[in-house]
Amino acid sequence: MTSPVLETRQLQKHFGGIHVTKDVSFELLPGARHALIGPNGAGKTTFVNQLSGVLQPSGGQILLDGEDITRLRPDLRVRRGLSRTFQINQLFRDLTPRETLGIAVAQRLGAGGRMFTSFSGNRAVTSEVDALAQAFGLTDVLEIATSSMAYGKQRLLELAVALAAKPKVLLLDEPAAGVPEAERQDILAAVKALPNDVAVLLIEHDMDLVFAFAERISVLVEGALLVDGTAAEIAADPRVKAVYLGEGGHG
Amino acid sequence: MDGITGGRTSEHKRCMLTNLFDGIASGMVLFILASGLAVTLGLMNFVNLAHGAFAMAGGYATVQLTTKWGVPFLASLPLAFLISAALGAIFERTLYVHLYARPHLEQVLFSIGLVFMAVAVADYFIGSQQQYAVVPDYLKGRFDFYGVGVGKYRLFIIAVCGVIMLTLQAILTRSRFGAQLRAAVDDARTARGLGIPVARIFTLTFAVGSGLAGLGGALGAEILTLTPTFPLKYMISFLIVVTVGGTSSISGPFLAALLLGIADVAGNYYLPAVGAFITYALMLAVLMLRPQGLFARAQ
Amino acid sequence: MRWKPLLELAFWLLAFGAIFLLPRRLLLLNEIAILALFALSLDLILGYAGIVSLGHAAFLGLGAYTAGLTAKHFAVDPLIAIAAAAALSGLLGFTTSFLVLRGSDLTRLMVTLAVALLLGEAANKMQWLTGGSDGLQGVTVSAVAGLFEFDLRGRTAYVLSLTTLLLLFLVARRMMASPFGMSLRTIRDNPLRAAAIGVPVTRRLVTIYTIAAIYAGIAGGLLAVTTQFVSLDVFDFSRSADVMLVLILGGTGYLYGGILGAVAFKILQDVLSGITPQFWHFWIGLLLVLLMVIGRNRINGWFTALAQPFRRHVDREVAS
Repeated sequence: MTSPVLETRQLQKHFGGIHVTKDVSFELLPGARHALIGPNGAGKTTFVNQLSGVLQPSGGQILLDGEDITRLRPDLRVRRGLSRTFQINQLFRDLTPRETLGIAVAQRLGAGGRMFTSFSGNRAVTSEVDALAQAFGLTDVLEIATSSMAYGKQRLLELAVALAAKPKVLLLDEPAAGVPEAERQDILAAVKALPNDVAVLLIEHDMDLVFAFAERISVLVEGALLVDGTAAEIAADPRVKAVYLGEGGHG
Repeated sequence: MDGITGGRTSEHKRCMLTNLFDGIASGMVLFILASGLAVTLGLMNFVNLAHGAFAMAGGYATVQLTTKWGVPFLASLPLAFLISAALGAIFERTLYVHLYARPHLEQVLFSIGLVFMAVAVADYFIGSQQQYAVVPDYLKGRFDFYGVGVGKYRLFIIAVCGVIMLTLQAILTRSRFGAQLRAAVDDARTARGLGIPVARIFTLTFAVGSGLAGLGGALGAEILTLTPTFPLKYMISFLIVVTVGGTSSISGPFLAALLLGIADVAGNYYLPAVGAFITYALMLAVLMLRPQGLFARAQ
Repeated sequence: MRWKPLLELAFWLLAFGAIFLLPRRLLLLNEIAILALFALSLDLILGYAGIVSLGHAAFLGLGAYTAGLTAKHFAVDPLIAIAAAAALSGLLGFTTSFLVLRGSDLTRLMVTLAVALLLGEAANKMQWLTGGSDGLQGVTVSAVAGLFEFDLRGRTAYVLSLTTLLLLFLVARRMMASPFGMSLRTIRDNPLRAAAIGVPVTRRLVTIYTIAAIYAGIAGGLLAVTTQFVSLDVFDFSRSADVMLVLILGGTGYLYGGILGAVAFKILQDVLSGITPQFWHFWIGLLLVLLMVIGRNRINGWFTALAQPFRRHVDREVAS
């Protein structure tokens, strides 16, 4: 029995009187291809925000490799190998992909705080940035401002930046949201090509993407974990169908 | 303290009460001065550091009207309101409207520019010496109330400001205008869709806020120092009132203004060595501990 | 393209050449150099880290009083007085950085304003130490490094201020072209996202705020040492407002903005106050209003074109 790389125990989150995360105990195994689905407003993004440290849970625990990270700062979680992407584009608009990727790599290599060495002169950083750009098809846009890139390319950069931290766990919050149909395949291909040793948790609405990618699926409904199983089990589960049909036939 | 009479034993206490009374009066004026800012900053989310310039305009208007043109003091007050309100409306339509959607930094720089201009213009045309309005005889002096000296003018201020405060409270919370303003601030696009004339409401709000500042400037011409640096000097006080009072209600800034007025008078009298230090420290503490304001309702 | 560094070199040669070219305006040039350093300091936090401040004069003022008092009471070398100013302002910057870490722009504006007011009021009330509203009198400054006496024309003063500016500029440029400088820009763009790629946001902001405070403290120290006088107006709101205007005038986030802005501002001040002494702030105000109404982005476009040779060079160092 392998122990989970990321685990939550009875995670709780209240906003005022509203209970948005209810007693969620969840496990992500090393190298997993796991999807988290659920109708709109189920609290998926809130859950991810707690995992990555953007939000503080009201109760319960988050463990990374068996260590409690519930109160750890977001940047230190990244250091320990927990990386994420954002649903809405939150990239640095004025920076180029080379700069964005470079700072993420430099940060991981422990060179991010150096004040008197040249940013562009760091060979280790540069070669790693080039390799990442190559892998995600960003080589031709490395030197232009992020805000002037095509949206699909920005989403790819989002993935590349998250991977620059060499994570053990990667949380993908709707990586294909808002991407035009023509560019969706690029995103799917990039997601599928993620390294095998990285455990990936995909939060997604698009069921095609979910079933094309995930081996295991968890369903979140109204802040609570409804069911957890293999992709085939979930596809056949009448409760999941009821939830989605109830919402109006999503997916 | 000229108005103190009576036995020595209670002299200290009476002096304290007089101070308290004076403090309330200047707090009231401060509230009228700052109330417009509480609305533009609190509701409309616009950092208008030039708010004091409109107050100064009202102050100078009253001085000019009463000293040069022989207008009675009481009649000059509504005129000061109207003059500042008109100035506010003109500036809002021509300049402020371009900066509503901009970052706070740009609003700050813009309004600092206006302050610089107002200070220079006042200095150039009026001169740097302090100006006084002509206050009618029946508002001068103090009368003795059980041994406590009560300044007539200050009593007048408290009455006028009290009425204005209650009216303002009623308008913002009960009237249709208040509801429309809140809707316009919450979501301008939806409000427009509902047929609410958003631009006109903003102009009107801004004009009334400026007008109140002008009225405050006119009322305060006697107890504050009316010089060209007025907008800079009192900008700090306005910001303290809004910061400490919060912007979720009218009573918050009101209480903050009273507190500041009393602390200022009492501090100058009892702790001259410390002066405004405590006020600024309090402002800092409130900003740190309760950024939504000391008297704001909890979320 | 070789000519861009050459243009930069020409700028600094001209600045130093002014010692001989404009021997009658050295006092004004000294003021420009000090203002430029002060604006450079603001650029580090506003232009690179996105921290707005309405009270940057707090550090200038503390530096000025520290250097003035050190020179007055201990008769030390002016460089040591300036070092003391840097140290104390840096300490204040470090301490108050924790107040500006959290909160919106509005909170930051108010907090920085309150800190400057607090210090100004403290200086006003501590009359036994600072001379209160009379200013700090009787500051006598010995020769710089025991060699260069201060002269009435301001020659030593200008050389000292300009050299300091150049050195600190070079340090800042090196720093902003480093991984540290780049991580600041990520925080300016989006602090939440910066943390999500592993940037320790708090530590970075504390560091740059402290460094900026040291820079401003040195500017204040230079002011005290070269004018041999300190008055309460070093803490004035208008000091904080002016330096913001200077930086906006020159453009943020490329380091030369503060310097070019200071040159433009002081020349403007000199010319305008020559025409109508009390009225010059009117024109400065008008300029600010127009700049903001037209829009910073559009203006930035024009200035980018004008300052392109400078900007490019720095950008290349910083970016690629």
